[in-house]
Amino acid sequence: MSSLTHTTTPANTPVERKATRSAGRRTSPNALLSKGVVNALLIVAAFYTLMPVSWLLFAATKSDRDLFSTSGFALGDFNLFANLHHVFTFNDGIYLRWFGNSILYSVVGSAASTFLCIATGYAFDTYDFKGKEKLFAAVLGGVLVPTTVIQLPMYLLATKVGIVNTYWALLLPALVNPFGVYLARVFSEGYVPNEVLEAARVDGAGELRIFAGISLPMLAPGFMTIFLFSFTASWNNFFGALVMLNDEKLYPVNLGLFMWNSVTQQQPEYYSLVITGSLVAVVPLIVAFVCLQRFWRSGLTAGAVK
Amino acid sequence: MAAPVAPAVKARRHPPTKPPGTSKLRRSQRRAATLLITPFFVLFAAVMAAPIGYAVWMSLFQEHSSGLGFGGTERVFSGFGNYTKALSDTGFRDSFVHIALYCALYIPVMIGGSLLLALLVDSAMARAKRFFQLALFLPHAIPGLIASVIWIYLYTPGLSPVLDWIGALGGSWNFYSNDHVLSSMVNLCAWQWIGYNMVIFYAALQAVPREMIEAAVVDGAGAIRTALQIKVPLIASAVVMTVLFTCVGAIQIFTEPKLLNQRGAPSIDTEWSPTLFIWKAGFVQHDYGLAAAASLLLALLGVLLSYIVTRLGNRWKAAS
Repeated sequence: MSSLTHTTTPANTPVERKATRSAGRRTSPNALLSKGVVNALLIVAAFYTLMPVSWLLFAATKSDRDLFSTSGFALGDFNLFANLHHVFTFNDGIYLRWFGNSILYSVVGSAASTFLCIATGYAFDTYDFKGKEKLFAAVLGGVLVPTTVIQLPMYLLATKVGIVNTYWALLLPALVNPFGVYLARVFSEGYVPNEVLEAARVDGAGELRIFAGISLPMLAPGFMTIFLFSFTASWNNFFGALVMLNDEKLYPVNLGLFMWNSVTQQQPEYYSLVITGSLVAVVPLIVAFVCLQRFWRSGLTAGAVK
Repeated sequence: MAAPVAPAVKARRHPPTKPPGTSKLRRSQRRAATLLITPFFVLFAAVMAAPIGYAVWMSLFQEHSSGLGFGGTERVFSGFGNYTKALSDTGFRDSFVHIALYCALYIPVMIGGSLLLALLVDSAMARAKRFFQLALFLPHAIPGLIASVIWIYLYTPGLSPVLDWIGALGGSWNFYSNDHVLSSMVNLCAWQWIGYNMVIFYAALQAVPREMIEAAVVDGAGAIRTALQIKVPLIASAVVMTVLFTCVGAIQIFTEPKLLNQRGAPSIDTEWSPTLFIWKAGFVQHDYGLAAAASLLLALLGVLLSYIVTRLGNRWKAAS
């Protein structure tokens, strides 16, 4: 800020400003050069981020032999369908089961978790109650707790309760998303005007009916954003799955792929399973993410520009 | 002293007449609030508070085999025994050196890189902004484990087109060698998060009032000076928050070193990072007390780092 005031001279009248700006618009060779540099840098960065995924696409079309004998971005024999068939039928179709498990953990878990977040964040925004800010501070503390720290004691507690190696072992922890509560409070401040609530109360509506019938629909975009956050978190949750599960039938996709990957060095035929399996797991995510990008962005904005 | 207090007390005893029904409304609101927050907090207590409490409890006990090793083991209260055991374990101490080195390389690359990309996309000269945002953010849609596996394959001779390109240019590179494995790991994580952080910075930049930037441009500040001296200080909170989350995430690194270890990178052992150490202590050696103490020490480091980053961040924000 200080530099701004330094460089501002009183001579800058609006007329002059206009003049300077239009002069800047004219493309001098210098401006052309820096435009080239900016866009070239961006192209390099985009190449960096897109290259690995594109390679995955190429690799998934190759046979085991071509995978090693052809160059990464060269085409070998087109083997994509054979590879897909192999992935889906290998070991009695265990991959499909993993995929289903991932959907259960991520979609069902995140939907329930998001609902809890919205209810809690809305209550924090709308009502005054005893110890409110202390409870909220506890939630914020929860955001910063390293997940790896609670994983081991959670495993031991889960053993005692008898839910280790069941679906609940991953679903229950996925229900708690402190960052989602924080976001929900921010969204509720923005989306649900107090006047609307007052009007509904005057009309004699009960608080829970107001929440379900009026506030919840208003919070729908926020619901989507928080859902996406917890969805990626549970779809990504590798450490938790590794700790909690040892029955192969309960694995989510990423743990299954990890297990396949761990034998590739002894049995190279697993490479194409891992590669094609990764592609199948990644494509729906990319599609969802491209379609739903405005929700991502609003969540990131709410989180960042506090 | 007594005089001013008395009316206040009186006022509290005899509240001003309220419209009828207000206290009833209050009560129904309190009930609704309780109903809405209870499920979350019950679960919060079960999967966050209880495990932390249990970890503290466990960290205070050690397992001792009784007698001659017959009759199993018994748990004995050991106070800070597990903490001193963890801190005197060279493997554990080394793991902190490893992540310190890792952070020294990773944090500047990550924050500098994503900030640079955000400023580039935000600059008036960038074309196809939507495409670049999407392309740069895309890796974040890919689960960390799969991202790591893809890069591990891109590091593997025979599979990797990257190594082919390096070879075609007449160079050679070993991603797993002791000299290069750290940068290989930084690359793995940077690829996953750089676009995510870039979008956060870009969103913050978009919220900056345009007049402030235009004024600087009019005053003759070049594009680079505007970016560094005007734009970056204006999004200081976003930068500080991102540094905070990046640090907290970086000290927990697990998947990437685990996979590199599995691939046989010689300098990445099974207790390379604190989380790998905890994993090994807990799930391989079944020394739960040691694992709990180690994880609490890691959490302590996280708290400490958060505090330092916030303090430094506030000072920077005040200065700019």
